[in-house]
Formats: sequence, structure tokens, C-alpha cells
Amino acid sequence: MRLERRTDVPAGVVVIAPICAIVAALAISGILIAFAGVNPLEAYRQIVVSAFGSRLSITETLARTTPLIFTGLAAAVAFRVQLWNIGAEGQFYVGALMAAALGHAALAGLPSALAIPVLMLAGAAAGALLLLGPVLLRLRFGVDEVVTTLLLNFVAILFISMMIEGPLKDPLAFGWPQSVPISPDVALPKLVAKTRLHIGLLIAIAAAVIVWSVQARTVFGFESRAAGLSPRAATFAGLSLSRTLIVTAGLSGALAGLAGMIEVTGLKGYVTTDLSPGYGYSGIVVAMLAAQHPLGVVAAALFVAIVFVGADGMSRALGVPSFIADVIVAISLLTMLIALLFTNYRVRR
Amino acid sequence: MNRNIALELKGITKTFGALRANSDISLVLHEGEVLALLGENGAGKTTLMNILFGHYVADAGSSVVFGKALPPGSPRAAIAAGVGMVHQHFTLAANMTVLENVMIGTEWLGSWRSNRDAGRDKLVAIAEKFGLIVDPAARIGDLSIGERQRVEILKALYRDARILILDEPTAVLTQIEAERLFVTLRGMAKDGLSLVFISHKLGEVMQAADRVVVLRGGRVVAERDAARTNRGELAELMVGRRVSRPVRQASKPGPVVLSAEAIDVVEDGRARLDGISFEVRAGEILGIIGVAGNGQAALGNLCAGLARPARGRMMLDGRPLEKASAKALVAAGVGRIPEDRLAEGVVGEMNVWENAVLERARERRFSHHGIVDRRAARTYAGELIERFDIRGAAPETRTRLLSGGNMQKLILGRNLAASPHLLIANQPTRGLDEGAIAAIHQELLEARKNGVGILLISEDLDEVTALADRVQAIYKGRLSAAMATNRIDAKAIGLMMAGMWEDRA
Amino acid sequence: MSQALDILFTASLWAAVLRIATPLVFGTLGALICERSGVLNLGIEGIMTLGAFVGWVTVYQGGDLWLGLAFAAFAGAIFGILHALLTVPLGLSQHVTGLGITLFASSFTYYVFRLWLPVSSTPPKIIPFQPVQIPGLSDLPFVGEVLFNQTMPTYLALLLVVVVSYVLANTPAGLAVRMSGENPHAVEAQGLNPVAIRIAAVTIGSAIMALGGAFLTTAAFDSFFPTMIQGRGWICIALVVFSSWRPSKALLGALLFALFDAYQLRLQHVVEGAVPYQAFLMMPYLLSIAALILMARRARVPQALMQPYRRGER
Repeated sequence: MRLERRTDVPAGVVVIAPICAIVAALAISGILIAFAGVNPLEAYRQIVVSAFGSRLSITETLARTTPLIFTGLAAAVAFRVQLWNIGAEGQFYVGALMAAALGHAALAGLPSALAIPVLMLAGAAAGALLLLGPVLLRLRFGVDEVVTTLLLNFVAILFISMMIEGPLKDPLAFGWPQSVPISPDVALPKLVAKTRLHIGLLIAIAAAVIVWSVQARTVFGFESRAAGLSPRAATFAGLSLSRTLIVTAGLSGALAGLAGMIEVTGLKGYVTTDLSPGYGYSGIVVAMLAAQHPLGVVAAALFVAIVFVGADGMSRALGVPSFIADVIVAISLLTMLIALLFTNYRVRR
Repeated sequence: MNRNIALELKGITKTFGALRANSDISLVLHEGEVLALLGENGAGKTTLMNILFGHYVADAGSSVVFGKALPPGSPRAAIAAGVGMVHQHFTLAANMTVLENVMIGTEWLGSWRSNRDAGRDKLVAIAEKFGLIVDPAARIGDLSIGERQRVEILKALYRDARILILDEPTAVLTQIEAERLFVTLRGMAKDGLSLVFISHKLGEVMQAADRVVVLRGGRVVAERDAARTNRGELAELMVGRRVSRPVRQASKPGPVVLSAEAIDVVEDGRARLDGISFEVRAGEILGIIGVAGNGQAALGNLCAGLARPARGRMMLDGRPLEKASAKALVAAGVGRIPEDRLAEGVVGEMNVWENAVLERARERRFSHHGIVDRRAARTYAGELIERFDIRGAAPETRTRLLSGGNMQKLILGRNLAASPHLLIANQPTRGLDEGAIAAIHQELLEARKNGVGILLISEDLDEVTALADRVQAIYKGRLSAAMATNRIDAKAIGLMMAGMWEDRA
Repeated sequence: MSQALDILFTASLWAAVLRIATPLVFGTLGALICERSGVLNLGIEGIMTLGAFVGWVTVYQGGDLWLGLAFAAFAGAIFGILHALLTVPLGLSQHVTGLGITLFASSFTYYVFRLWLPVSSTPPKIIPFQPVQIPGLSDLPFVGEVLFNQTMPTYLALLLVVVVSYVLANTPAGLAVRMSGENPHAVEAQGLNPVAIRIAAVTIGSAIMALGGAFLTTAAFDSFFPTMIQGRGWICIALVVFSSWRPSKALLGALLFALFDAYQLRLQHVVEGAVPYQAFLMMPYLLSIAALILMARRARVPQALMQPYRRGER
């Protein structure tokens, strides 16, 4: 058997690939569900019901989608220029910490319309700075950023832990390690009253549209696409690879930092070390399922959110461990990689 | 002469996608014979030999070696049957020793000890027998190109090859090294080995082969005894039609456009260029001729703005080039054709229009306030396609689908359309077929007529003598003095390419 | 301050160094074998997690401790084959696939763990490997406590360093693995199949990584809990770079690293409260980054590392 490059990729394949990948992932995960003594189809029905069954569950699913759009975008913009940012988890946390640090009192006097954008900038800047280090190490010393960003995730979370047990500790939390709460002035407005859904979702969708237009329309988007597809040709043409990488790192880190900032100001109100159930890592899956397309990221984030929210409900109803959600998401990453391969290659004898 | 048949290929057919690389090829190789497989780039020579050696599987047809059918798709079976292959792009690991490169695959993988002493003894014995001396303990990366080729040949002989295939063996050798190689090959043939060597050079085919099989468009078009044919006939058989390359007209060169004064270039900690000096004048072509790997890549990088001189000075239009970045050169009206068009010239996955404006997307005609003006870019790409006769291309075509010649026309076009006054052309026709070569030559001569100064870096002697007004040879990072091409013959240039200019000066 | 120095002269510190180094030695050797053949295996974190669970659950279900190690290695090999199939014949991105394997292996492990033990109270314990008492040697002062009071898997790890060193340097199979990582075309041209060699190397390497995980549950601790690998896999990936892809230096790197770790654990008690404990916990990760910076330009990377090999494509 050999793989042969397709001369051209049929338009339909691009849409069908993620669908095939997801179906395959669900089929494989179904075997594991069956081991738990539950009919997989019933489990999947429960997942959909739990994610969409009521007004509340719909808003819950959408609230879960929000950070995944941001971390998915963070991975998508980085991967596009072959910058392997696996540190979105850490960048998420430093963005979140910024929200608590500045949103508790420092900005309390400002009107919300000013304080919230300032906080967004701060969260984005924190995330961007955390990624800048690994990128500079790659450019200066040739250190693989995959490993450094991964390691920095652990450092970032320990740093958060240090802060929320130290200077930012909430004295009213009965000894629980959590940060001081944000001031109500910087809390994001709700999108649907009496639910957890906040306008962060709209900001996330807007971010996806902006990223998409930057990529599709601007000279920067054009040049960074060239740099990602062929670094050598881009260099020969006089484009600066290091500049592209640094700007992209800023963008990618900022998106991940925003995710954390918005999760705190929109949903939680304070920071703990279990603020993220792996949003940073799931973002990688989201980006791959979307084939790095910013608008596709929105759809892929919704899928992953459905799996996570739905699996929680399904787990309560049927007793299948909710870790099945992580299994489904992980397998769909692998099946999507295979599906993408077959959009560009075909099998030949 | 009625000798035993060593190898027989029967009806070999192979397609890659829409491309028919080999169709119904049959040929015979006798014991002790040197057979040349002659054909242009893309005629299917390498594909055919890769099928024989098992790198590819043929769609149809079979190979018979010493009377036994060879199972397809298995280099191991080919080696066991006595077939050895010397690849054009050497298959050697640079960080490992000669002995390791030779011994890999020769011992049982389950063995608990590699018998290096026995391997070394065998290698040394073979090396001495055929006069292919190399140090078994040397690291491949430290060897010269010629020595690496010796290791490639030794690898095959170590496996007791009785049929040796050599793919374009002289491409990387100086004329002297090539002649030495042919003597070695002759000796092997006398010893009973059968050899196939792949080439597109008529001279060496006539010189070294007993018999010539000519391939064109994936088919065998002729078979001749070397003794009963001539260069003219072979050339016509190989190309299939009379393609005449354009002829250079006399011209009056203008002022100096680009000059280099005693430049050193260091890349990856190694001195690549050593005190080179040259001048390119408006309306003339300066040819830099040399065997691959003598510093051409560094020279190309230097002139393309990708490498900085460690010492010396570059002058463009009489002004010193302070910051010779690729970007600055493009802005200063310097056209650049890279050595490797697929890796450096274009982004294969992008469309033709995107590649057309790759270097100048920031210019005002192609973008406003940071937004790409796609319409202007597409129109521009359409103009290039029209003017430079880029076939099979529309502005929206994915660039990697273009043939090599048309891809090169696109690169040349986007440079010439910007009316440069200097053009750096690094191996502009490498790997192209005769028709495309003629078209590229025509464009280069046209540009010269329009007053463009051209620096032509090439390994092809015919190309340089046809195009260049003056020629300098590059050898081990140094440049000879310039010679007017109409006052020097090919043989003298050949000597210069081997570094023999200093003794005479 | 003298207290901080005194720690260095305690036998318990040096005994701990060997113990802490053991999983790193397994992990680094495994990753090194994969990378020497040309395949980066970022599945390591997940494979170690899986190995930790399988080793523990085998013993928990009544199996022998050695059977636990064997099953762990087998499970690691299975996921290794998966990683190899995706990255070698299919040529998928080694970075992304490896992360996918880690996500899959760890979520799979947690899923099965929860299926096995639905109650989320304290996880049950097993009787782990005990230190081996060697008459005479173990009673030696200092040396006895450091070198001859370790568990069998620690000795196995040290033995593996020697074996892997020897195999890579002196056997035809080792040559084939190294050559696949330097230039797979050279391997193919000599009649061997670089695809098969890489798959084999990744499978064996992954089995060894899984032993590193299993050591944690069957020798260092006595139970399994999620997230117990704590980035050790990523640290091993950094140690491979630090070792310049050489097994002996990998051992040295793991020991050096373990020394810092063991030392900081003890130092925490000395400075008690003056420095937040998280600052100490960050040290291993920051050290790994420092090691990477130090070695990045000097290390001799296998030339074909992370380059997919597709036959007939150059």
C-alpha cells in the first residue's frame, strides 16, 4: 500500500472529513461504553439530551463552548505557522489570574465600559507574554517550543497556586485555596438572565470572525500563510519568519489569556487551580477538528462542549464514567488527523 | 558477441496520477556490458531503475535477473539477486561512518554482535581491488562529494552486486573525476560486472557505453551500438524534434551593476566563499560555472540577500550594499531565481496568483492599508501567464500542479515583469526538458538585450557557453578570473572547473 | 545555611536520588529509542499514566508484581504501535499525534480506572516491591543504604541503560535503528525496511516508558491516582535532548535531575514557610527548560527526527 498525493482536493471532502472523524471516534468510544454495560446509542442519546434537553442545558453547553472557542483559536492561529503552542492551558491560567488580580479592587473605581476592556487587554497580554518566552527560546537557541510550552503549563499552575494561597488568597473562603473575587463592576453581563451564559460567547464568536478576516484578507495573514506552508520559500521572498512567529505567538497567547480572563469575569468570579478542565489541551483538538479554520473552530468548540456537558449528564443518568468525554475528544483528534491525511492523499496499491 | 543475459526488463509500465512515467519498456543487459540509458529530464530513466531496484512497484511488466524473475517492490530481493544501485542523491547518513553506511543491512538483525572487523577487512579488500580508496572510519559528512560516490559504489560491491545501476553518476563530479570514474567502470565491466548508467549527457554516453538505449516520454525510442552512432543522431533521438536553443547576439555591455570585492561567506561555521570578486555589467551575462557543491549555494544566498559577507564589500549600482536583505534587494529592483524552485521559489500549496505577488504583497499596487487587493493580484497573475506563456495555469491553479518548466516561467516572469536591472539566476534550467530550457534561455537573452545585468550560476557547461558573455569558474569557494566565452574553449573551462586556473596564471 | 548543606551528606538523600531517577531513566530511555529511530513520541505522558495503572491494577487483582510490570510494558507497547502506525506509515505530524496519544492513553486509563473502582474514596493499596537486602552489602554504612537498598525495578532500569547502550552501539539492529533516524533512505537502499524498523523501535521504546509509570505504582508508591505522572513524561523528553540522544548521558541527566528534586524536597523542610512550597515544585520544570537551553545548540540531533518517510517521496 502506498499513499499518493491527490492532484486536487475535492471541495466536499473538506467538510466530510471532520464528520467522518467524529463518527469514527464515536464508534470506537462506543465499544468502551458497551464495556460499562450500557448501550452506546442510548448513551449518545443521553449526551445529546443532557446538552440540549432544556433551556438551562443549552445555555450551559454554550457557556462551555466559549473558552473552547478561544483556546481553539489560540491553537489554530499558531499551528497555521507551524508554531506548536501546547501551552494554552498555562496561558489560560495567567489570563485568569490577571482578571482576579486587577479585577478585585484595582479597577473597581472605573466604569464597567472602561474596566472590562482594560481587563481584557491585561488578560490577553499575560497570555501573550507567557508564550513569548518559548518562542524567543526557539528563535534564539533552537529549543523545541512543544516541550517548553508543555512544561510551562505546570509552572503556570503552580504559580497560580502560590498566588491564591499567598497574596491573592481570599480570606473569606474558609481556607479553601481560591483567589479574591472580582468586583461586580468588572463582571461580564449575562446573555440570558438567570443562567450562566454570558456575553463572552459573543466576544468569542467576534474573535473568530476577526481572526478569519485577518487571515483571509490582510497582508499579514497572506504572508504568515506562506510562512507556515513553506518557511524556505517565504524566507527567500524576503518575509521575516521570526517576525511572523513573534506576532503570531502574541496573538495565540493573547487568545488563550482572554479565555481565562473571560472565564473568570463571565462565569466563576474567582480563580482556583481547577478552573480549567483542560481547556488548553481541548483547544488543540478543537483546532484540528476545524482544520485550523477560525470559523470551523466555533463549530468544533460546540461539538467538544456538547460532549463534555452531555457526558456529565449521561454519566449521572447511566453510570458511565464521565471520563468518556475525554476519550471521545482524544480519539476524534486522532481520527481527524487520519481524515485530514486522506483529504490530501489517496491510497494506491 | 553473444554473451549471457544479466538482466531483462519486460513491458514495464508505471503511472503517477495522470503522468505516464514508463510505458511498456523492455530492454536487455548482457554480462560485462556497459549500457547507457539516455534521455532528457522526465523521460522516465530514474523511474525505470527505481522499479528494477524495488523502490517503486510497476503497474505492469516484470524484471528478470540472471534468469530468475525478481519479486516487485523489494530492494532486499534486488540486492540478493545481485543488483546494486548508486543513487543520484546519495543514500548515506552524514553523521555515521563509512563502515556503518556500508554494513547496514548486511548482517542478521537478531545478531548480538556486529562483526565490524570482518566488515572492515572485506571493505578494504574490495576498495583496493577496484581502486576506490576511502577510510572506513571516516564520517560521511567529512568526505568530499567524489569520495561519497565511492562509498555508494562500495556499498553495492560489498553486497556482491553483479549488476550495477548508476543514476547520473557524473552530475556531481568534475570532468577529471568523471573520467576517472569511467575508467573504474570499464575495469568493473572487464571483471564481468554488468553496468547501466543513466545520463542525459551525450559526450559521456558516447565515451563510456557499449550500447545506448534512448528513452523519451517514458518509452524506448531507439537502441544503438555506441560505436555505430554519433552525437547528432543521439541528440535528435533524445529530444525527438529539433529544438534549437536561442543564440546569443553580440552586445555592448553598460556600466557595472553589481560588484563583489574579496568577499568571504561563512555558513554553519564553515567558510563557504573565500575572497571572491566579480562584476556584472548592464546588458551582459556573467556565468559562474562549477561542479555542484563548490560554493554555489552560498553564492546564490549571498546574491539573493539571504547570507551576509563575513568580509569584503558588495556594490549595487555603485553604492555599497549595507543591508543586503532579500526584502531590500527586491525593493532595489533585483530579480532573483532560486536554486531550488519547488522549495524556495514558490509555495506549492498556494495559488499561482499568490505566488505571483509573494515578494511584493506589501506594495501599493497589491494592497491597501494592509488588505490584499486580490483583484489586482489576480489580474497581474493573468498578465504573467499570458506574457510568459505559462501553460496549464490560471490565477487560481495550485502552483505545485505546474510542470517544472512552467513553474520556472512563473518565477522568471514575476521577476522580469518588475523590470529589474539585475537578475540573479541560480541554476535556472536544472531538471527542465529541452523545450523549457529553450524558452528560459530565450527570456534571459531577451532581458540581456533590454539592458538587464545577469549573474548566471550554473553547472551546465553548454548553458554557460551559450548564454554567458564572460565566465568565471567556482571551485572550493573561490572564483577564477573572468574569461570571455568566445575566446575560450569547453576543454579549458573544464580545467577551470577542476580548479586549475591558478597554476597557469 | 549549614543545614542546607548537611542534606547533601545524608544517605537518605542519595537513596532517594536513585528512587526518583528510576521512572525518569525508564521514560528517557524509551523516548530515546523512539527518537533514535526518527520518531518523536509525545505519547509518553499518557503511556506512563497507562503503565502506572496497568501495573497497579494487575497486582491489585492478585497478580504478581513482575506480572504487573510485564502487563504495563505490554499495554505501553500497544499504544506505542498505535503511535507508530499513525506517524510512520501514515506520516502524520509526530507532534500532534503524540499529544493525541497522550490525551487518549490518559483519558482511557482514567475511564477504565473509574469503571473498575466506581467509588472515589481513597484508592486501595497494594504491597509494592520491597528494597532488596543483599547480605553484607546492604549493611555497609552509607553505600549500603544508597546503592544496595533499592527495589528490583531500580536495578532493572540501570541494567537497561547498559543493554540499550550496547544494543544501539554494537549490534546490527542498533545500527539499523540509528540509521533510520539519520537517513531512512539509506536504510531502504540497503534492503531493510525503515518503516518496520521505526515501528519496532517505537513499540519497544513505549513499552519501556510504561515501565517508568508502573514503577511509580508498584515500587515508589502503593496505589494509583489520576494525574500522578505530573509531567514526568515531558521532563523525559527534555532529558533526551539533554543527553544528546546517548543512553549513558540519559542516566546521568536523570540522576542529576533527581538530585535536584530530592534536594529541594528536603530543603523545603529546612526553610519551612519562608519560601512558598510551590516555588520548589516549579524547580523540576524550570530545570528541564534550562537543560534544553543549555544543550539545544550542542546536541547532535538525529538528522531525520520528525521527518516522515514515505517510500518514493523525497
